[in-house]
Amino acid sequence: MWRRYLLSGLALGLLSAVPARAYVAYVSNEKGNTVSVIDTDSWTVTNTIKVGQRPRGIEYTRDGKFVMVAVGDDDTIQVIDTKTQQVTDTLPSGPDPELFTQDTTGKVLYVANENDNTVTVIDLEKRARLGDIQVGVEPEGMAISPDDRVLINTSETTNMAHFIDTSSRQVVASVLVDSRPRFAAFKPDGSELWVSSEIGGTVSIIDPQKHAVTGKIEFAIPGLRKEAIQPVGINMTRDGKTVFVALGPANRIAVVDGASHAVTKYLLVGQRVWHMAFTPDGKYLLSTNGLSNDVSVIDVAAQKVIKTIQVGELPWGIAMQP
Amino acid sequence: MSVTTAGPAQSGFSFGEYLTCLNGIVWREALRFLHQRERFVSALVRPLVWLFIFAAGFRQVLGISIIPPYETYILYEVYIAPGLMAMIQLFNGMQSSLSMVYDREMGNMRTLLVSPLPRWYLLFCKLLAGTAVSLLQVYAFLLIAWFWDIAPPPIGYLTVLPALVLSGLMLGALGMLISSGIKQLENFAGVMNFVIFPMFFASSALYPLWRVQEGSPMLYYVCDFNPFTHAVELVRFALYGKMNWVSLAVVVGCTLVFMIGAIYAYDPSRGFSRRGPAGGET
Repeated sequence: MWRRYLLSGLALGLLSAVPARAYVAYVSNEKGNTVSVIDTDSWTVTNTIKVGQRPRGIEYTRDGKFVMVAVGDDDTIQVIDTKTQQVTDTLPSGPDPELFTQDTTGKVLYVANENDNTVTVIDLEKRARLGDIQVGVEPEGMAISPDDRVLINTSETTNMAHFIDTSSRQVVASVLVDSRPRFAAFKPDGSELWVSSEIGGTVSIIDPQKHAVTGKIEFAIPGLRKEAIQPVGINMTRDGKTVFVALGPANRIAVVDGASHAVTKYLLVGQRVWHMAFTPDGKYLLSTNGLSNDVSVIDVAAQKVIKTIQVGELPWGIAMQP
Repeated sequence: MSVTTAGPAQSGFSFGEYLTCLNGIVWREALRFLHQRERFVSALVRPLVWLFIFAAGFRQVLGISIIPPYETYILYEVYIAPGLMAMIQLFNGMQSSLSMVYDREMGNMRTLLVSPLPRWYLLFCKLLAGTAVSLLQVYAFLLIAWFWDIAPPPIGYLTVLPALVLSGLMLGALGMLISSGIKQLENFAGVMNFVIFPMFFASSALYPLWRVQEGSPMLYYVCDFNPFTHAVELVRFALYGKMNWVSLAVVVGCTLVFMIGAIYAYDPSRGFSRRGPAGGET
């Protein structure tokens, strides 16, 4: 009898010793003109890929076969084959592409062209440009509603979130938010749109049906000037209950309750934290820390920073395999 | 086995008798500690004042650097926690030596020293007793610090134990060595000014050594030479399940030197008793 207990205990021990599945993250290094590849099992940089000039926005294709990276100063989007980890193709964006998003099917890509006040629509299968949508000055943040019907673009200088009908490709509404909106994210159920304002230091909560700001989140960190708090990236857990907001030069990520919109915690990370990405299992969140040239790893359940990994120069965006 | 029995047989004492002696000394120290509740409270209040008040004003002092054994950026209160743990042990080490001066003045020490067991063993038991008391204080501090979001990995609470025992022995032995030279209780205030404060401030307890080096290279060498720095670093690394070999070597080396020194100083043919009458020992 005791042998059986011993064996089952041993088996349980072995099972729990099996490491979590390893994923691969790609980090765009704005100044280094490279993309760092991070293995989430060993938390190390396994490869550094040379790309075009000023890589910023970065995302996996939905099938996980390619990584797209906007190389602003080369006015294009480069495509990295995840098998060979080499640049194999380019996509036709407008001038100075910065951030982009794709629809849920992964067929259409929408690119914000910072210097052209336009959003370029690209067919990802044919890798061809379908057209441009005129938006406000310095477009940056891009988000698409969970039903693929509404595309959001934030324009940094116009201080607006533009609502674009994806079928007519027309701006149907524009909502004024605080100064320098840089990022937009829908709640997983599509009930709220969150827009971060870098200079305003706030996150606006917008009702996507009424096109109206219904609430604002402000941040206060003891010992820090208000100007140092500059919200940029926003990432939500799949259940929409917890939201992480990167606060730029405050070197902190705010943890916000998705329902009450109350800030519950600030996590210390590297300098000028920009964008973030969850591992597919939702256990970890990785953040790019621009000025300290590293990526911090956050244990989502424990809400604790567990590690910081050195990457290339000025890390900006991060893409996690789907 | 033969080695264990050979020792006592030579000196005429059994292993059990050695244990009885150890038990007696540790128990006396524990009783004394438990009966002095103010001492326990003050031993906790001191580091907590540093943690809650001092650290609050210095949150940004670390700047942006990842200092081993930490794997990411930390707040200042997380940084000073191991330093405060070592501070508890430093004060405790000095306090046990203070109690030795008191014992000597009151005549209690005579009772201890007339024990037929070897003197080095009595002193070692006394050191162990002091270290055990310091462990209680440190773990109580760690418990309170946990509520202040200073939460090392769970295994760290276990791995730090041997490091704490070693640093406790080193600081206790240092206190014992110092106490051998103090004739009266009143002189102990000098120990505060000349030993505790310089040791604590010229160490890595409050500021990382790279910060000290930026300010004054000379002070950096002083800090690096300070055994207390290495006690702090040994505890800091062990708290995160890591080993700092240099600090381990320094702490082990200093423990041996201080302990041998203390045993030598408490030898009746060379130690305090030959230096003339003092209090209860007259």
